[in-house]
Amino acid sequence: MSNVPRPAGLAIQKPRFFRAFYGLFLRDLRVLSRELGPFILRVGMQPLLFLFVFTFIMPRMAGGNPMAAGAGPAFGTVLLPGLMAVAIMFSGIAGVALPLSTEFGITREIDDRVMCPVPVWAVALEKVCFSALQSIVAALIVIPMAIWIPANPVYPDFHNWPLLVLVLVMSSLLAGAMGLAIGSTVNPKQIGLVFSIVVVPITFLGCVYYPWAYLQKIRWLQIAVLFNPIVYMSEGLRAAVTPGVNHMPVWAILLALSVFLVLLGRWGVKGFLKRVIS
Amino acid sequence: MSDTIVQIQALTKVYEGKQRVTALDGVDLEVKQGEIFGLLGPNGAGKTTTIGICTTRTLPTSGQVKIAGIDVVGHPAQARRLIGVVPQYNTLDRSLTIFENIYFHCRYFGFSHALAKARSEELLEQFLLSERSKALPSQLSGGLAQRVQIARAIAHRPTVLFLDEPSAGLDPQSRIAMWTAVQGLRKDGITVVLTTHYMEEADELSDRVAVVDHGKLLALGTPQELKDAYGAQTIIHLKLRQAEGGEAVAQEMRQLKGVENAEVTGEGLRVFAGNVDGLLPAIIQTSSRLGLRDISITEPSLETVFIHLTGRDLRE
Repeated sequence: MSNVPRPAGLAIQKPRFFRAFYGLFLRDLRVLSRELGPFILRVGMQPLLFLFVFTFIMPRMAGGNPMAAGAGPAFGTVLLPGLMAVAIMFSGIAGVALPLSTEFGITREIDDRVMCPVPVWAVALEKVCFSALQSIVAALIVIPMAIWIPANPVYPDFHNWPLLVLVLVMSSLLAGAMGLAIGSTVNPKQIGLVFSIVVVPITFLGCVYYPWAYLQKIRWLQIAVLFNPIVYMSEGLRAAVTPGVNHMPVWAILLALSVFLVLLGRWGVKGFLKRVIS
Repeated sequence: MSDTIVQIQALTKVYEGKQRVTALDGVDLEVKQGEIFGLLGPNGAGKTTTIGICTTRTLPTSGQVKIAGIDVVGHPAQARRLIGVVPQYNTLDRSLTIFENIYFHCRYFGFSHALAKARSEELLEQFLLSERSKALPSQLSGGLAQRVQIARAIAHRPTVLFLDEPSAGLDPQSRIAMWTAVQGLRKDGITVVLTTHYMEEADELSDRVAVVDHGKLLALGTPQELKDAYGAQTIIHLKLRQAEGGEAVAQEMRQLKGVENAEVTGEGLRVFAGNVDGLLPAIIQTSSRLGLRDISITEPSLETVFIHLTGRDLRE
């Protein structure tokens, strides 16, 4: 396509591109503003209950409770970055995959946005970016919960702000890309099934409730989970929020997040294009 | 040439799959600036595929479409600035109100807040939708939703508006309202391309029509040209007081210029004419000898042309 002579007027394309992108973003913001309450509930309920049960109720039970004992007093500290990762992930899926499955479904509501004067991939990219914004909010909501709810308060150790911002943004974009990949490949009717067979397993096996290093005694699993992008979200947040807990080397985390972001992003955009252009 | 706004050249589209379907098989068309152009054809004829390619949503297998000189495959984003689309189904954004559907559409096209707001209000008024501006699409009837879709499609002031089966599923009142809306667009200088299989609609609205079937262009011209070319005739029914001598009068009628045939019926005569311009006085004069008491005229319809061209076989 680069060989095609560019028609006049293409020079002023750039601001148009951003204006259209901004318009799409504003649309999503308007829709979200209408559903702010449900949004907060959706992203807050899971970490709230998790922290309440495992870091508030369990420690108060008599020492005989094996789960509380296994988790130990530092469990809250292990859990905080993990729950942030889950919040990011679920937000990405709920923010992209679920809306897409209806918009691609019978209503074909996406049509008007696909007809924007921007390349179609930009419409998909906007979805991912907006979902990333939601994911960041969802992750930040977890922090005050972790401070107030547990019997032994968990104080995040924010000493490396650039790393936190980087990991948060990359993880959120990755979650959005995953949502795009799922939303545009999976038949809308089966989106519920995908939750059970993809989203739930990768969350449970995503080093959310335990650091990756603790898996060393189950070597096969420790290696198998390396193919799970959630692992790098959890470990990355662990490195940024609770550096005291064992975590993977930062370079490895950032590299893996970048690789998964590119792979899932490409997959998602391709799927999206396939859905809207025949 | 300069007034050609949509230029379709040797367009083909083959859907590969278990069943190889040739939706378009070399279509050439030109739509002129400012006209209302009807694309007619039975289901599966290739109408929607043609619209899909023109509106950048379907990629052609070969051939080219240019909108105001811009190749839709090479520069889809640019082409989309020039086109408005009203798809076959209600694709209004269900999460937004009617006003917001139009407002955000304007924002997608780079309008500022103030401009988008003004344009939305103007369109809501023009399409008599102001009262429903806060309603959600799910609360609208099919006819209203269709009007919102048209308003939204022209909000960014496109040069060409594509309407795919605009009256499918509308009640007669809504259909007439939609026709009025489409005719109103002409005043704004918007070129309209619509697909339909309602012949009445095509006849009423279109300046020119193209009949397509099996992915091929079968006929092209004004509705009147098509009727003339494909033998659609005006039928004039004459009721006469006197039955005797009917055959003699019929014979005389056949000699009149423009009359193609005349036959005796139980009540009088039936005259088939290609073109009735200036013919009626002569018919009345000739038949008055036998006591003409009633005359009725059935205009030729595109329906007969359509059936003539595409056959009577049922389509899927």
